[in-house]
Amino acid sequence: MLFKKADAPYLSNNSNVQQLMLKVIYALIPGSIAMFWFFGWGVLFNLLIAISVCLASETMMLKFRRRPVQPALMDGSALVTACLLALALPPLAPWWLTTIASLFAIVVGKHLYGGLGFNPFNPAMVGYVVVLISFPREMTLWTPPMGVGDGWPGFMDTVTIVFSGVAPVGQTMDAITMATPIDTLKTQINLAYDTEYVRAHRVYGELFGPVSGVGWEWVNGLYLLGGIWLIKQGVIDKRIPLSFIIALILISNLFAVIDYSSYSSALFHTLSGGTMLAAFFIATDPVSASTTPKGRIIYGAGIACIAYIIRNWGGYPDGIAFAVLLMNMTVPLLDYYTQPRTYGKSERRS
Amino acid sequence: MKANDNQTLHDDHEGVWTFHGGIKLPGHKDLSTQTAINKLPACEHYTVPLNQHIGADGEILVAEGERVLKGQMLAKPRGIISAAVHSPVSGTVETIAEHTFPHPSGLAGLSITIKNDYKDEWTEHEIIGDDFINRSSHDLRNVVRDAGIVGLGGATFPAAVKQTEVGIETLILNGVECEPYISCDDMLMREHATEIVKGAEIVAHIINAEKCIIAIEDNKPEAIASMSQAAAESKLDNLIVQSVPTIYPSGGERQLIKVITGKEVPVDGLPADIHVLCHNVATSYAIYKAIYKGEPLISRVVTLTGHGINSPQNIEAAIGAPVKTCVEYCGGYKDDASALIMGGPMMGLSLETDELPIIKATNCLLVTTSEDISLPTSTAHMPCIRCGKCVEVCPANLLPQQLYWYSASKDYDRAIEYNLFDCIECGCCSYVCPSQIPLVQYYRYAKSDIWEQERDRKKSDMARERHERRLERIEKQKREREEKLKKKREALAKNKGSRDKELDKKKELIAQALARVNEKKSTKHIKAQNVDNLTEEQQKQIAEVDKRRADMKKDKH
Repeated sequence: MLFKKADAPYLSNNSNVQQLMLKVIYALIPGSIAMFWFFGWGVLFNLLIAISVCLASETMMLKFRRRPVQPALMDGSALVTACLLALALPPLAPWWLTTIASLFAIVVGKHLYGGLGFNPFNPAMVGYVVVLISFPREMTLWTPPMGVGDGWPGFMDTVTIVFSGVAPVGQTMDAITMATPIDTLKTQINLAYDTEYVRAHRVYGELFGPVSGVGWEWVNGLYLLGGIWLIKQGVIDKRIPLSFIIALILISNLFAVIDYSSYSSALFHTLSGGTMLAAFFIATDPVSASTTPKGRIIYGAGIACIAYIIRNWGGYPDGIAFAVLLMNMTVPLLDYYTQPRTYGKSERRS
Repeated sequence: MKANDNQTLHDDHEGVWTFHGGIKLPGHKDLSTQTAINKLPACEHYTVPLNQHIGADGEILVAEGERVLKGQMLAKPRGIISAAVHSPVSGTVETIAEHTFPHPSGLAGLSITIKNDYKDEWTEHEIIGDDFINRSSHDLRNVVRDAGIVGLGGATFPAAVKQTEVGIETLILNGVECEPYISCDDMLMREHATEIVKGAEIVAHIINAEKCIIAIEDNKPEAIASMSQAAAESKLDNLIVQSVPTIYPSGGERQLIKVITGKEVPVDGLPADIHVLCHNVATSYAIYKAIYKGEPLISRVVTLTGHGINSPQNIEAAIGAPVKTCVEYCGGYKDDASALIMGGPMMGLSLETDELPIIKATNCLLVTTSEDISLPTSTAHMPCIRCGKCVEVCPANLLPQQLYWYSASKDYDRAIEYNLFDCIECGCCSYVCPSQIPLVQYYRYAKSDIWEQERDRKKSDMARERHERRLERIEKQKREREEKLKKKREALAKNKGSRDKELDKKKELIAQALARVNEKKSTKHIKAQNVDNLTEEQQKQIAEVDKRRADMKKDKH
């Protein structure tokens, strides 16, 4: 009897990339729902626009590169990029901004480098930073969270804002939008007010909840839960989120202890803005992150430190995207210098 | 520790260390452990390849057509790392020819085919038995060597070579058997525990070991029980049975040594460097048979299993018996049998045909269906997303994703820098890879490519050296020739002077001789004899004669 020749090993645990990506999507759902609840229809529009543009540009690029479309499109990586990008953008971002960010993420951030597995930078963050640098005004179009002021605009008003770029009749953009707590704090502290003053302020004070910012506590808390589930599922390695969060707590505590009036608490930092989204979903993008155990710890901590610096002293509302991209650059070095000690090798690296 | 204190620790794993990585695999062991070990009936032909071990081929001792007896040595070890092979039956050497046998290269190897005469006549063999205790390590090692015993866990390294008596403290018997499906060691330990322990006693005596640890995975409670009992009855004091956690690949020699001793075998070193010797339990059993029965290694226990075979079980098969016959004995193939693997599903060798002999390395023949394994349908795989799952499971603590990157791009210098050659090809990385990249294949390919390059480099180095040497030689010859010529010329020039003198001397001599002759001649002419006191007439006559003579001379001229 003749048999087919094959090569060992013949067993597999049958995990696949699609499964991993889908689990990331599932883990994003609770946090996204909270985002939608607190920041309104814009979140949904961002998601829809980003997903359609990302999938379309992925298909287009695969065709240009003469690669099979079906398997690459089905791996779910473009979908994850789209969701991360959409959830990072302000809810009232005009449609073209989301489109440009998505296009950049997929075309430049991913495919010009060779597609999945070859991109040195996190594609979602590439897209995000491009629009952040190019359109700083539009990047501040956050709505007040549910329960603060008038809350977010209704469905038709949101459609008008997102697709025409102008405020609905009888309203002004300034009245509809509101800066995020992180941004507010930075602006006010730069104006020489202290944290106590900002928190007690007649207008801004409302933004701050018992833990961090109204709504943000929930959003971050649910991302954290989703992230823990991902770790339990073995989709992501706990090292990056842990070192990221611990480093952020340490550094923000350090400054808060030195000068409580000018620096927010560790709790505020860890549960504000995109912290948890970054910790569990963005920094853990395996392709652009470090792959060695030690390297991942340094990588996560590095992102936290840079993000903190930009949050406090930089010119942008949040620093995580820059921090991620900057740490992406260090990955080849990190990987090289943090190789684990191979079995039977002496401690000194040869 | 006294003999009766030999407690096993199979509920917890006290005193056991861990190694990095490893994976939990579905065992499928009970598929083949339902019946006792059966003996494969005699076959018509046995094909015994010479190269069944790591090291040099043996030197053939028989000729075609010769009658051989059971257990007779067919080839003796050649060099230090080599092993003998023996006839599994009595019969006739039918052919000594190239024959395909299970080998990763798929190439044929020189094999001796024996036609069975069904007389089962044994060759003369010495039984040492309990007297081994009075024999020297050297003598016993020779017995092990001449019995053709090699590591039966699959690595087939000649056993005697490892049995150095200098500086070994711990003997580890490997009964871990971590690959799924395989149960030959398990069954052997259940049925022949006493013999295995006796084998351990022999080895412990040879290497002068201080203690002996029999390591068994905790998924084999029956084997642990029977081995513990045998260990308790043993005369050896420091003999314990140690249950170890079921994690693949804890049966790998280096991994097991780490688990038992907490120490790592140095990268470029041997277990002996950290005072450990590791033998498989089946090897120990073979050593027992060599000493107590005088039998060389002519049979082994083989697991025939998988969902593609009708009655999976363990059989004792003679080395050289056809694989096909073994499968038939176990009820033959099922219709949906898809692949035949020698060894386990993680590191086994897939065979294209069953027209091959059982060899010393054949611990298992796995006949698979789609239920057991999923053969790749295409060679395409997803790109590596650097998720690092492979890093988590690698027992050698390598960075498989980096090795893949550099192997696939043929950046071999970098691959070597990332310790490609420390990869033990256990397959854990491939098992967990979500992109389903056949990582081990990439590493194997890279390794063989590097070896090839190394060989080519050596060859070209050699050729270059040879060429340089040749040029040098030519140059030297030229120089020598010139030197010689020069010398000759010088000698000639020198000789010329002396020869001239000699010539002059000779000429002188010749001249002198001539002069003498001339003198003689002239005196002859001048001095006529008896011419004194002659009469006038006589003088006249003489004058006439002289005149005539002169005339005659004139006429002659």
